[in-house]
Amino acid sequence: MSEKKATATRPHDAALNTGIGRVLLLVYGIFALSASARALVQISTHFSEAPLAYLLSAVAGLVYIAATVGLARGGARGRMIALVSCSIELAGVLIVGTLSVVDAVAFPDDTVWSHFGSGYGYVPLVLPFVGLWWIAKHRP
Amino acid sequence: MAVNGALSVATIVAALLLAAWYFVRTALDRAPNRIDLLATVVLGALVTVLVVVAVIGLFDGSRPQELGTFLGYLFTTVAFAPTALVLARMEPTRWGNLILGIAAIVLPVLVLRLQQIASVPVV
Repeated sequence: MSEKKATATRPHDAALNTGIGRVLLLVYGIFALSASARALVQISTHFSEAPLAYLLSAVAGLVYIAATVGLARGGARGRMIALVSCSIELAGVLIVGTLSVVDAVAFPDDTVWSHFGSGYGYVPLVLPFVGLWWIAKHRP
Repeated sequence: MAVNGALSVATIVAALLLAAWYFVRTALDRAPNRIDLLATVVLGALVTVLVVVAVIGLFDGSRPQELGTFLGYLFTTVAFAPTALVLARMEPTRWGNLILGIAAIVLPVLVLRLQQIASVPVV
């Protein structure tokens, strides 16, 4: 095949929302949708069963939405939004993940971050690291 | 339920094979070519048929207990391949193929979730 290599060199000042950034955009979009849809269903149908877990679901959804928006926007402001939301996401998955293991009663397996995201193939645990790495690579 | 048939199995197998193909293409540093993009179009068509069959099934079969969630998943499933195609066309690098690969690996999960939700009918 005479196909040319796609990415020989990537410009040093390439935008946050291209390349791997666009892949991250898709993955963050998936989690923004699934986490917030899950929270919506939980809160609207059986909120009283585990209010803490369901509120955390909603927070997780909002964090993923913010990260998606930040990555899509790019630029200095988009980078800042993405940086803050990825940091909250990392703290969230580590704290909720630990608490759900230590105190299983308060945290039934009901948020994206429970058990470090085991219900989602541990992608929620890996994602903030990839996100922060990508943002750090785009230090202006 | 309609989503538990041979069509689902075919969709899942096709999507997994395609995902492997796209990951190889990413590893080889290839941008999505016409065939890559067309393959996702075909996968999207297959998924659309599955979703249409599932919607028809709602009218002459037992409805799942969580109907709202089921409809949400149906919508997400049908919109998934087109979204990935738009993003992949914006990204004419190896990462475009990774986008298609991620879409192809998430679609089977969506189909399996649809099956799970459909298997709890209203009593």
